Amino acid sequence: MGKRTPLYDMHVAQKAKIVDFGGWDMPINYGSQIEEHHQVRNDAGMFDVSHMTVVDLKGEGTRDFLRYLLANDVARLKDKGKALYSCMLNEQGGVIDDLIVYFLQDDFYRMVVNAATTEKDLAWIEKQAANFKLTVTVRDDLAMIAVQGPNARAKAHQALGDLAAQVEDLGVFFMREVDGMAVARTGYTGEDGYEIMLPAKQASTFWSQLLEAGVKPCGLGARDTLRLEAGMNLYGADMDETVTPLESALNWTVAWEPTERDFIGRQALESQRQQGIKHKLVGLVLQDKGVLRNHQKVVVDGLEAGEITSGSYAPTLEKSIAFARVTANIGTQCKVEVRNKLLNAVVVKPPFARNGKACL
Amino acid sequence: MSNVPQELRYTKSHEWVKREDDGTLTVGITDHAQHLLGDLVFVEVPDEGSDFADGDDCAVIESVKAASDVYMPVAGEIIAGNEALAETPEVINQDPYGDGWIFKLKPADDGAYDGLMDADAYIEMVAEEED
Repeated sequence: MGKRTPLYDMHVAQKAKIVDFGGWDMPINYGSQIEEHHQVRNDAGMFDVSHMTVVDLKGEGTRDFLRYLLANDVARLKDKGKALYSCMLNEQGGVIDDLIVYFLQDDFYRMVVNAATTEKDLAWIEKQAANFKLTVTVRDDLAMIAVQGPNARAKAHQALGDLAAQVEDLGVFFMREVDGMAVARTGYTGEDGYEIMLPAKQASTFWSQLLEAGVKPCGLGARDTLRLEAGMNLYGADMDETVTPLESALNWTVAWEPTERDFIGRQALESQRQQGIKHKLVGLVLQDKGVLRNHQKVVVDGLEAGEITSGSYAPTLEKSIAFARVTANIGTQCKVEVRNKLLNAVVVKPPFARNGKACL
Repeated sequence: MSNVPQELRYTKSHEWVKREDDGTLTVGITDHAQHLLGDLVFVEVPDEGSDFADGDDCAVIESVKAASDVYMPVAGEIIAGNEALAETPEVINQDPYGDGWIFKLKPADDGAYDGLMDADAYIEMVAEEED
């Protein structure tokens, strides 16, 4: 038996198919992964993401620490509640994890990190924090529910009842604390919606209220196809400690300015940027029939040119799509070795689909 | 428990086999198997006229997240593949024992069918796998 979130019994009651997900017993689907995918693109679905780890950083040294720890710059966060996506790098520029950091107070930031990387992340953070004045608290008392889709906010407001008025004007990528809950207008699907952190004891009740408001439960299977279509990387598949953000289509998350800011991995990234990258992460759309899968080989002119890092069938596009790490000089066409056959694919720049529609 | 029709025979790799009046065999995957795989999105059926040995992988079915082989239940020659599945693979999820059939074969040995598991044996095997 793996670890269980406060919503585990709800998933079982809703006939979820439970699988092991990095040591957690999580719902992969509640029947049809494809229907759940469409539910989020077209209406509103919810995901239990309580397995992810919420880390609170408090103290006068927090801001300086995060400016050292993260490749993106928390000094960009001017407004309270605003969120920032960033990689946390090692000295070689390799990605230890990707995360979201929220600016809550001058001396209080909150990070949400991946479940599978939690232990190494915390060890790294503790080690790097030694010379800064702050405390690090893991908030395992919190559950987290992502409500996503074009109608997600309206339905979440219904479930929130009287509290809805306090979040209705919340801007994209902002968080606000409401009656012991933290409501954030963020997500991992390419759709509008909220990620809501709340005390574990309240999770089942709120989940039921969302159900009553017409939000359908969706498993981690749909979450994966939604994020892939939306062009969002998955840690452990699309990047890890052996590659840098520059090789992972995450250049936009590296804050090069101000140049005097010294963050972990900066030197390695600077030299890689000067020399030019040999590999990059791109999107692929399969033209022939079949399904792209992780680790399939990308071939150009008969030579191996890279590997798929995330591949799947994309329900919104009704085609197979992938991310692949390929030689930086790749053109617009390639082949992928699928079950001993070479199939044709086009090279594209993600996202593939967002806000209910294909965007290719 | 998923649907396991009494009149069919079964394999360890979760194919069902139906003997038609003319002695040919129709093959698909069981309700249990389609449920384990989840939403199917791609099916590749074998070419008509190809010969396979017992246990050869002869068709491919892919769900959103994984690819699986379909195996020859007995040795024989493929006499038809369900080409309609190329456009509508979800039919296997919806009707695994009917329109979701995958291929038809002419067995090399007419007696081979009798060596396949009956419904009760298959139900028992699935129950053991789930333990």
